[in-house]
Amino acid sequence: MSENDKYRIKQLSIFSENRPNRLGAVAKVLKEGKINILGFSIAEGAGYGVIRVLVDNPVTARDLLTKEGFVVKFTEVLAIQMQDTPGGLFDLTDQMKDINIEYGYGYRSPPYAVLIVRVEDIEKGIESLLAGGLRLLDNVNFH
Amino acid sequence: MDVWNPHIERLPKAQLEALQLRLLKMQTRRMWELSPFYHERMRSAGVMPGDIKTLVDAKRLPFMTKKDLRDGYPNKLMMRDRGNLLRYHASSGTTGKATIVGYTKNDLENWSESLARAMTSFGLGKNDVIQVANTYGLFSGGLGFHYATEKLGATVIPASTGNTDRQLDLICDLEVTAMAATPSYLMYLGEVAEKRGIDIRKDTKLRYGLLGGEPWSDKMRDRIYEKMGIRGINCFGASELSGPMFMECAEQDGIHFWGDLALLEIVDPDTGEPLEPGQKGEMVVTMLQKEAFPIMRYRMGDITSIMEEPCPCGRAHPRITRIQGRVDDMIIIRGINVFPSQVEHSLMQHSELGNEFQLVVDRKGHLDTMLVRAELKPEAFTDNIIELNALRERISNRLKNVLNVSAKVELVQPGTLPRFEGKAKRVMDRREY
Repeated sequence: MSENDKYRIKQLSIFSENRPNRLGAVAKVLKEGKINILGFSIAEGAGYGVIRVLVDNPVTARDLLTKEGFVVKFTEVLAIQMQDTPGGLFDLTDQMKDINIEYGYGYRSPPYAVLIVRVEDIEKGIESLLAGGLRLLDNVNFH
Repeated sequence: MDVWNPHIERLPKAQLEALQLRLLKMQTRRMWELSPFYHERMRSAGVMPGDIKTLVDAKRLPFMTKKDLRDGYPNKLMMRDRGNLLRYHASSGTTGKATIVGYTKNDLENWSESLARAMTSFGLGKNDVIQVANTYGLFSGGLGFHYATEKLGATVIPASTGNTDRQLDLICDLEVTAMAATPSYLMYLGEVAEKRGIDIRKDTKLRYGLLGGEPWSDKMRDRIYEKMGIRGINCFGASELSGPMFMECAEQDGIHFWGDLALLEIVDPDTGEPLEPGQKGEMVVTMLQKEAFPIMRYRMGDITSIMEEPCPCGRAHPRITRIQGRVDDMIIIRGINVFPSQVEHSLMQHSELGNEFQLVVDRKGHLDTMLVRAELKPEAFTDNIIELNALRERISNRLKNVLNVSAKVELVQPGTLPRFEGKAKRVMDRREY
């Protein structure tokens, strides 16, 4: 157990086949479980999609979705805090040059903004980002 | 109207049946003497060549099925005199392994003879230019028509499949009068012609379509005629019988099965008991003169009936109605036979997939499409889209290799495909013929 493990944020990755209103079905389960969605993106595959969601209670959310027949996996991502001002993203990128990002998405969380990234080597990513002076949200604060 | 082989084609029914009996006796004796496979089959069924005294005795002979062909791969069912073998063809088998068929010189002659009679019977002759747009190669549909056209003395254009623009150029420039193809391909060709501003009726001499290889209907025949002024001639065959073999005469009312080449029976698909003429059942064929790869009471899996009334064309050779379905779950996609078991077998090679699958067959424009839906196992799911796409690609490539026809693959959530108690219905065929 490393000190840095707290920065590993549990994202839900949900397989979504090509049928109408799959997103609605996911949202309904989360609503009924009183789960709050913090961040969210949809990735498009070939004839299917992957819904990626950050929630306040990932374990409960996973269990509820699995019970409803969804295929759900946890994926560890990093949540980087950034300034909610022009240049906020640019200020981060300088510290992220050496990190291989697989995908990312962002959301506003006043007074800050948050960049979510999935990196190739998460341990190295955490070390590198912290060393660059960036602020990572930990899973206690986050969830 | 000309007759290719008046002696045989004009035989009265009684004489034709006498000839059939003579040939059946000879053929069963050859099989008994030259083929360990058939010898053993007949012995197990308790029938000897000498037991065949009338045509009705044919029903004492054992049936054979596609499974026998599969189990006999590659040449257990061929006759022993291998030196006389001139050619092989193959069709895709149900487990990915091809079914191999062989031909002697006489087999190739009889095959061409059968089609030459048929082509003559609806009016083709040596002045015709026939474009063969069936696949040339292991598939028997291309070369079968090719040699038959040469035997007929007509001009053959070995166009094979694909390159529709070039096919159209050839039709226009070489004054093609008949084309062998699948009905859906002919319809597609019509569309391409329309887009290019070619009116098949006015700008070409194409008048006949020798059509088969997939199910089609009289409705489609009417559409082909209305659109292009082409008379669609229904053709029946299978590689087990040699290839495309039998067609309609100018009356266009049933397909003539040349009685000297094939003995036709219709049986109850469940009991195997022979049915009366006019009753619908499974087609069973015994080839009476085949040498390299004889076929005894082969269950075709096709549902049809024998038409009893004499044909106005004067031929007493039996006719069958249009194929009305299958006894098994075989489907034909772009002229290629596909068994759901082949799809299942191929999907099972991927540990990422569950056991359920669904096959959705559709027709976009005039071309068949096949969609295979398979359940992704929860443990195989990954957040990595690239990996999932690669998996889909692997599944699709394997299917294409096994089926010889491309299939779109859709990964679905486990538990969402229909489950079946009893016989699974995994095929959704949405095509209208």
